[in-house]
Amino acid sequence: MLICVSSFFFSSVSHSQITRLYSRFTSLDKGENGTLSREDFQRIPELAINPLGDRIINAFFPEGEDQVNFRGFMRTLAHFRPIEDNEKSKDQNGPEPLNSRSNKLHCKKCEPSYRSNYFSFFVLRMMVGVNISDEQLGSIADRTIQEADQDGDSAISFAEFVKVLEKVDVEQKMSIRFLH
Amino acid sequence: SKTNQQQQEQQLYKHYSFIHAGIIQREETSMEEEIAGRHQGCFNLADVMYFSKRGCEAVAEDEVTRRFSSEELVSWNLLSRTNANLHHVSWQLSVVWVTGILIRYCLLMPFRICLAVFSILLLVLATTVVGQFPNGRWVSYFYGCHCRENRPQEGGICVANHTSPLDVLILATDGCYSLVGQAHGGFLGLIQKSCMQTSRHVLFDRSEMKDRHLVRKKIREHIADKAKLPILIFPEGTCINNTSVMMFKKGSFEVGGTIHPVAIKYDPRFGDAFWNSTKYSMMTYIFNLMTSWAIVCNVWYLPPMVKEEEEDAVHFANRVKAVIAARGGMSVLPWDGGLKRKKVKESFKEEQQKKYCQIVIENGSVGNGNVY
Repeated sequence: MLICVSSFFFSSVSHSQITRLYSRFTSLDKGENGTLSREDFQRIPELAINPLGDRIINAFFPEGEDQVNFRGFMRTLAHFRPIEDNEKSKDQNGPEPLNSRSNKLHCKKCEPSYRSNYFSFFVLRMMVGVNISDEQLGSIADRTIQEADQDGDSAISFAEFVKVLEKVDVEQKMSIRFLH
Repeated sequence: SKTNQQQQEQQLYKHYSFIHAGIIQREETSMEEEIAGRHQGCFNLADVMYFSKRGCEAVAEDEVTRRFSSEELVSWNLLSRTNANLHHVSWQLSVVWVTGILIRYCLLMPFRICLAVFSILLLVLATTVVGQFPNGRWVSYFYGCHCRENRPQEGGICVANHTSPLDVLILATDGCYSLVGQAHGGFLGLIQKSCMQTSRHVLFDRSEMKDRHLVRKKIREHIADKAKLPILIFPEGTCINNTSVMMFKKGSFEVGGTIHPVAIKYDPRFGDAFWNSTKYSMMTYIFNLMTSWAIVCNVWYLPPMVKEEEEDAVHFANRVKAVIAARGGMSVLPWDGGLKRKKVKESFKEEQQKKYCQIVIENGSVGNGNVY
């Protein structure tokens, strides 16, 4: 099974990285049934206190399911792998790697959908908790959409979102350095 | 040359504790540095990335949960329990490993079992008859006691970092204490009951709230009486894997006595002394101990400390904790050891949200102006 996973992710993911992550997966799996539930994630204190913790946990679970297996676990974490130099020159016509810049931004589950005010308000609310009133929060969300909205349709398309984040080094901000 | 030797040992322990062959390289920047440093602290869509990344880092590897399982060794010590498929085992190494197994299981273990059975019978008999606490040497352990002049002489509270019930045994061979701790059932409960007959110990159930107040009251009464034995308490409240010292509960630090800190550090190369009570029962743990090479332990008695006038109990507890961790070559964590069993409180998440708000409101403006 581990061999299947490693061939799924190109040769740049080392065997020892997969072994370590599998060891991590089994240590989180308290029920010892080969899958993780939401409670297993919430048992990690540093994740439990993260304001976006629940949203991040959801990112690991496929649509409508309550359990994630090791393949799904690796798949989500693979989004955060930094882009290696040798990958940049890969075949342009090949399938886009999971951790490419646009996939990092476009990851539907990891990123909130800024297409509507409701969702950005919701994510903002998660980050600030009860410390900002509804009105203030609403106005921040509105302003955020307005600033980024280029074509005046009161929503942010993916292209507009990318433009906004041009100044941000997405690769560095959304990369986790895996040790060999 | 004594201090030289001490220094060398400390360096050695630091080496084994801190060189952690981790899964990921974590970013050490704080929330303030990441968010405020970037854009005058106004809310930015990219702030989402900061939290997302931190969250996923925690999924891959976190500082807390790894303290509740055995330490991962840098180099293998020929015990299969510490390998966990992370080291490549060549055929030559396998031969050595099999030899090790023969020595440990066929030679060391039977000998230790005989000693253990004998000692335990003696313990039960003696405690019911004599009232002295005999020392059971049924695990071969070597301990170096340093700075014995700092041992508590009369009264006072002795605090130490906690790794296993062995801590009690080791300290008890070098002095008599009254114990304060969690009541257990089973085999350990039997030992506890025997000990209760010889001196005054305070046993309680950590999940009982009223027990805690009672315990504090009893401790106060006990130390007020100078004729009584010094109390031994483990403020972490549970066994930690000896790589770091977790939060010290403030209870023992607010009763107002002299605190005698003790640092206990086991050498992980010879055997794993950590009792993972969620995974192994007491009997399995003892079996593991008996089939290790040995338990090698260093005990440092540290100079007594007293709470200062303006200091509160939490600050004092952290001060003592820092001293113990520094001596034993362990890292310091503010997290509660109780997270082994229970979930983290919502209030900590609220603290993080508040912190984020403060950064965004103070520096930037929530109500007007640029968002970027």
